[in-house]
Amino acid sequence: MANTLFDKVWDSHVVRHVQDGPDVFFIDRHFIHEVTSPVAFLGLENRGNSVVYPARTFATADHNTPTINQHLPVADPLSANQLNALEKNAAKYGISHWGLGDENNGIVHVVGPENGITLPGATIVCGDSHTSTHGAFGAIAFGIGTSEVEMVLSTQCIMQPKPMKMRINVTGALGLGVTAKDVALFIISKQTTSGATGYFIEYAGDVFENMSMEGRMTVCNLSIEMGARGGMIAPDDKTYEYMQGRSQTPTGAAWDKAMEYWKTLYTEETAVFDVEFQYDAADIEPMITYGTNPGMGMGLTKSIPTAESLEGGVETYRKSLGYMSFNEGDSMIGKEIDFVFLGSCTNGRIEDFRGFCSIVKGRQKAANVTAWLVPGSHKVVAQIKEEGLDKIISDAGFVLREPGCSACLAMNDDKVPSGKLSVSTSNRNFEGRQGPGSRTLLASPLVAAASAIQGVVADPRMFLA
Amino acid sequence: MAYDKFQVLTSTAYPLPTENVDTDQIIPARFLKATERVDFDVNFFRDWRYNQDGTPKADFPLNKEIYAGSKILVGGRNFGSGSSREHAAWSVYDFGLRCVISSAFADIFKNNCLNVGVLPVQVSAAFADTLFAAIMADPKTVITVDLPNQKVTLVATGASESFVINTYKKDNMLNGFDDIDYLKNIENEITAFAKTRPF
Repeated sequence: MANTLFDKVWDSHVVRHVQDGPDVFFIDRHFIHEVTSPVAFLGLENRGNSVVYPARTFATADHNTPTINQHLPVADPLSANQLNALEKNAAKYGISHWGLGDENNGIVHVVGPENGITLPGATIVCGDSHTSTHGAFGAIAFGIGTSEVEMVLSTQCIMQPKPMKMRINVTGALGLGVTAKDVALFIISKQTTSGATGYFIEYAGDVFENMSMEGRMTVCNLSIEMGARGGMIAPDDKTYEYMQGRSQTPTGAAWDKAMEYWKTLYTEETAVFDVEFQYDAADIEPMITYGTNPGMGMGLTKSIPTAESLEGGVETYRKSLGYMSFNEGDSMIGKEIDFVFLGSCTNGRIEDFRGFCSIVKGRQKAANVTAWLVPGSHKVVAQIKEEGLDKIISDAGFVLREPGCSACLAMNDDKVPSGKLSVSTSNRNFEGRQGPGSRTLLASPLVAAASAIQGVVADPRMFLA
Repeated sequence: MAYDKFQVLTSTAYPLPTENVDTDQIIPARFLKATERVDFDVNFFRDWRYNQDGTPKADFPLNKEIYAGSKILVGGRNFGSGSSREHAAWSVYDFGLRCVISSAFADIFKNNCLNVGVLPVQVSAAFADTLFAAIMADPKTVITVDLPNQKVTLVATGASESFVINTYKKDNMLNGFDDIDYLKNIENEITAFAKTRPF
């Protein structure tokens, strides 16, 4: 039977199949961070196990870290305790560790690719659901729980049933102001927040072929938001070009040998998926969410659907709109906002800052908006400075902060206060996600920029035409 | 982390019919700062159980005395979506629950539950509705979850449905084993496999 990209990578990592059970699945690369790893190390020690392949695990501090004054001791004792635990555990077992202030530090799903750790055809896991990001390189990458983090540390394997296969094709030309984020939010709005549960997605079609690596990472990152285990895109010249010269990318003969393998990583023409979807790029406009899960999104110029027009429970839908203080039929354009967040593993890369700056350049932040601009890594910060984007940002009345997950999940001090409305480039608009009682609208960096300038939800196309 | 064996569970149940309950609701991110696995029940459904001033929300099912002590939670469709935080499964367990029944689970949450000794039981939408209706009519409704026979039954009426679990995970739950026990047992095979990996 003809093989898909997913089959090729999955099947080559199966150590053994358990009769009427999961596959014993080998993990090439394992990322750990301060929040979901300490209990895994405790478990490891309680059982008297050790880390079997420390060179396959990479630690970075990101979830809990402050985005100002990172050179000072972390004020919150609980956060400091987790950061210390990560550092101590990494040192004890000989695991690479990029702590606060390290030039390689940043959000785990930003620093993996930018340091050449993420490779096509690799299997990658992390105790974080947005590990799906790395699928942009043709890797199988997905989030795991802490029990599984312990499994990987102590055996380099996890036990997973093979997911079903879904292909999502998007073809045609994207319109003005339509970014990778909009493509992803559009797909999720069609699939709903659970439509891809049980599946692993391959994204195909010229929209993804023409997309930058940063854009592909944004799309794969959001796969989990429709319930998928992960999403991936076949590697191509763009992938190899991105990887070249990064600190841990294979070089010389190792690169050539790897390339022979990478060239086999595509879906055969006659391969069959369990389910396929086809979308037209022309149907996608800049997107915004209006509810409390990422599936509740729509084109910026549309109005909030009525409960009766949707599948699913009316009660849950009304509860969600009630939390947001929105009404069925409302338009989102023009709603007054309080916060803008640019950053996260979804939209914290250089391209996202370029996009944001293309709108705010020569303009001024609205007085009613508090904006947090948080690059995904120190390397992104350096690139921002190299390109002079920091000047555009400060001239427009914004402040650039230090890297971390920040207001995406608000574990640090970057919390949106109760009742306040935030336009956020992150990945989740769940109740309280950006702080207890906070209300989140997910959107692209362009929509975030236009809204930050206007002080209300705004269409970036007014600045682009 | 070892857990108690799961055989047959007979209990009343908390009803939570809201759909798409995400793990940020089950345990908000601000309560993930521990370095040990202790007392995650305290902040289980924190923002749905308590007002911002810390007083309990009387109408939330987990706060209702009538359901207190139940070991089963019947949740709405797509239960446990979002973040991979295992803390969500820990909080379910620490709250005293051993089984969550829903017409659909998010993958990672389901997996995490199985790894910590909470049985996720997926039933048809129609049977989930039957369970909710029974609990609404009589909050003391008793449900039996029979793992050896893979069957969930409404004791009062005898209405029942079979559920699916693979043999491997079923044996683990019945015996209190976990995946690390299995993996450590085939360590030589894994070591040999690792040598074949190009990177």
